[in-house]
Amino acid sequence: MSKLIFEQSRPNRTAGAQLAKAVAVTGIPAALRRTTRPLLPEVSELQVVRHYTRLSQKNFSIDTQFYPLGSCTMKYNPRVCNAVALQPGFAGRHPYAPDSSGQGLLASLFDLQQLLKEVTGMKEVSLTPAAGAQGEFAGVAMIRAYHDSRNDTARSEIIVPDAAHGTNPATAVMCGYKVKEIPTKGDGDIDIDALKAAVGPQTAGIMLTNPSTVGVFERNIKQIAKIVHDAGGLLYYDGANLNAILGKVRPGDMGFDVIHMNLHKTFSTPHGGGGPGAGPVGVSERLVPFLPIPMVTKEGDNYRWLSEQDRPQSIGRLSAFNGNIGVLIRAYVYALMLGREGMERVAEYATLNANYLAAELRRVGFELAYPERRATHEFIVTLKKEAKQFNATAMDFAKRLLDYGFHAPTTYFPLLVPECLLIEPTETESKDVLDGFVAALAMIRAEAEQNVDELKGAPYTLPSRRLDDVRAARELDLTWKGETTAS
Amino acid sequence: MPFIPHTEQDVAEMLDAIGVDSIEALFDEIPAELRVKGVLNIPDGMNEMAVARLMRERAAGDATGLNFIGAGAYEHHIPQAVWDITTRGEFYSAYTPYQAEASQGTLQVLYEYQTMIASLNGLDVSNASLYDGASALAEAVLMAVRAHRKSKSKRILMPSTVHPAYRAVVQAVVKNQGIEIVELPFCAETGATLVAELKQYEGQDITALVIPQPNFFGVLEDVDGLTDWAATNNAIAIAVVNPLSLALLKAPGQWGQSGVDIACGEGQPLGIPLTSGGPYLGFICCKQQHVRQLPGRIIGRTVDLDGKPGFALTLQAREQHIRRSKATSNICTNQGLMVTAATIFMSLMGAEGLERAAAQSISNTQLLADKLCAINGVERVFTGVNFHEVALRLPQPVDAVLAALADKGIYGGCALASYYPGLSDCITVCATETKSGADLAAYATALNEVLAA
Repeated sequence: MSKLIFEQSRPNRTAGAQLAKAVAVTGIPAALRRTTRPLLPEVSELQVVRHYTRLSQKNFSIDTQFYPLGSCTMKYNPRVCNAVALQPGFAGRHPYAPDSSGQGLLASLFDLQQLLKEVTGMKEVSLTPAAGAQGEFAGVAMIRAYHDSRNDTARSEIIVPDAAHGTNPATAVMCGYKVKEIPTKGDGDIDIDALKAAVGPQTAGIMLTNPSTVGVFERNIKQIAKIVHDAGGLLYYDGANLNAILGKVRPGDMGFDVIHMNLHKTFSTPHGGGGPGAGPVGVSERLVPFLPIPMVTKEGDNYRWLSEQDRPQSIGRLSAFNGNIGVLIRAYVYALMLGREGMERVAEYATLNANYLAAELRRVGFELAYPERRATHEFIVTLKKEAKQFNATAMDFAKRLLDYGFHAPTTYFPLLVPECLLIEPTETESKDVLDGFVAALAMIRAEAEQNVDELKGAPYTLPSRRLDDVRAARELDLTWKGETTAS
Repeated sequence: MPFIPHTEQDVAEMLDAIGVDSIEALFDEIPAELRVKGVLNIPDGMNEMAVARLMRERAAGDATGLNFIGAGAYEHHIPQAVWDITTRGEFYSAYTPYQAEASQGTLQVLYEYQTMIASLNGLDVSNASLYDGASALAEAVLMAVRAHRKSKSKRILMPSTVHPAYRAVVQAVVKNQGIEIVELPFCAETGATLVAELKQYEGQDITALVIPQPNFFGVLEDVDGLTDWAATNNAIAIAVVNPLSLALLKAPGQWGQSGVDIACGEGQPLGIPLTSGGPYLGFICCKQQHVRQLPGRIIGRTVDLDGKPGFALTLQAREQHIRRSKATSNICTNQGLMVTAATIFMSLMGAEGLERAAAQSISNTQLLADKLCAINGVERVFTGVNFHEVALRLPQPVDAVLAALADKGIYGGCALASYYPGLSDCITVCATETKSGADLAAYATALNEVLAA
């Protein structure tokens, strides 16, 4: 590790150019005042710039490495999107400034709502959820509000496939539902008989990702929709994998009642080391009254926010203000650049890249989890053979890939495939990069065969060797407490 | 094709390797009747030059006025270095640090952030962020319900001086989990929560008490009295605070005899632009004993194979990707980039810089309030001590006055009517360190003209 910023601190050193004029504080009683200063560094501006620039260099990122993290859609984040969002008219506007002072912004958000409606086939869209999981929360809360509005209050369960993202069951519970898991069959599709057995008057809805988390398109989606609808339940679409079908097939046409989209995936806004994202929700006709507020409406030539007064049945607000506006601006700019044709090509080339990578990995001897299926925008390699033959795990392969200059795919998810790598190349990577990745994985397997112990020591070339997760959890060290570290 | 690098030859070779003759063939598992028919009603693509021009025009007409609104989002000076470094591609285009060895930069930033924000709050630990202040308060309430195993009531006491939008969000998030939010009145004279009103809840099973500082009116609460009341009545104390104010105000960990259990709030004042409400940064800190009830990502320091210190995600058994339906929260993606900005901001400002920005904001707001109250019919609503925001009563209908001020290029404050019917003739105003003496004078002049018109 680099020396912590605190260890570079010297008493009374400041970044002087950033200091406001010193004024006395009057009127605040001593009992309410702080008596000891917080532990913040005392450093110069150059020290800060150098420290955080150096830390940035210890990251893998899309801008520096291939980052095929399955289910995360790590595609190129166009720079212009950021520049547009940081313009003073957008970045400097207070959330409670009058609507008249934000017509450029509101027009852009309104257009984005329209565009997302069209591309998903939903009736209306609210942009306000701050991330996918908050979009999921909004979606399931709307399902609940819908049933409640009909006095259909016996519906207590949400059905979730065993391969679902962990956010799905966690969200259902936050909305006060019990979770019923149903199995995925060997071919990657949902077990229809199990679904039929699971639905009933207690079913509030089902949460599905399509293409699913195992990287295949759920072929029986229409039948699933009918089974759930016939039981009185609603269908929730987890939009994590929307990149695979953009412009090809729309969740609304598949029969989904409510969806969320991850704009930081499909619409290329930055992942930022863990966020911020944006998780807009779209709904079919019957759920429109329940959409979270605020949303943007157009009246004549003017745009304004819709509030509680306009939408009395809304599930309410999910953030203090309007959601992650800066992210929405970036997504809008990206969508404008893609246009209709570009949007269709996203799915085409994401799918081409995934199928090519799958074919090439198979050619060099890796086992696909669903070899009889088309890959969508992502696919799963299972290393159970390598684990058995060489005692080399998916984790070992992942860590060694870092030495080869590639970020690892998603490992050990979905949970039902042993020793799995979930690989999503995205449409913005070239064939050369994919070829290099195949070559690296083949080399790693050769290394595993020759000397697995050496493989288990990987990575060797990064700022840290393999980190001790068990110790991290057992001997909790979550804040610096003033000790100095040897470096 | 924007951002797609494939040449025709690439495509031909790739299709050949796959063993299909067209890209279209790769979609043959999608039932034909579901496929999009015809073309989507979406405009043609634009190049970067055209899109930049369109968006320049749209931004140019926005937010041209002088801002005196606070109400939970505060305009502060942001050093140029903060966003220059934050938007470096290595921070901007990385994701959640699942592969710790390839993410030591982001992980160390988050560890430093956890240290700084926990210290500001005077508490032991912090997570690596939540969405915003309001959702952080909702998560704090859920956390209190989990942490307080002896309390069965799931009753939360919530002062009505807590930001109205925060209360709305808490309601939206917790209402399906059988949690009851009981609102507490404020003193019409001081604008602070009435500690005496709590008497009626003594002896009852109360799960948690929320304590805002400063409150929505900018008034300072009796945080010691409220925290002690919670402790005496076996309720968890949840602080909801402005982190910049903590440069000057007593840290929640020091409130009362033993401090609060949980503190949360909005990190936006720490270097995050206003951007019409987001993305911002929710923070949540707590005492060590509650660490396993924290929601979201947490970073820990550990050692690598060579025994050298390094950082990793930790306590992941709380989280949705491991614990699924039994997770402490459904949160996955958080506000990582905003944390990076806040950490760089706090490093540049130091304790001294935060103190000065806070002090100057208090001073400017006092000056502004004095100037405005010199106008006939304008008066302070409350007698309580203010931080950097003040509630004022206007002699004419508030909406019309604010609209007329906006026409003069002044965003004059936040109208209280829709949140507090009894304060329909009132606004809150805020003048941070970004406002000059001339700015304050411009507001006073404009208000004078508007009221005289």
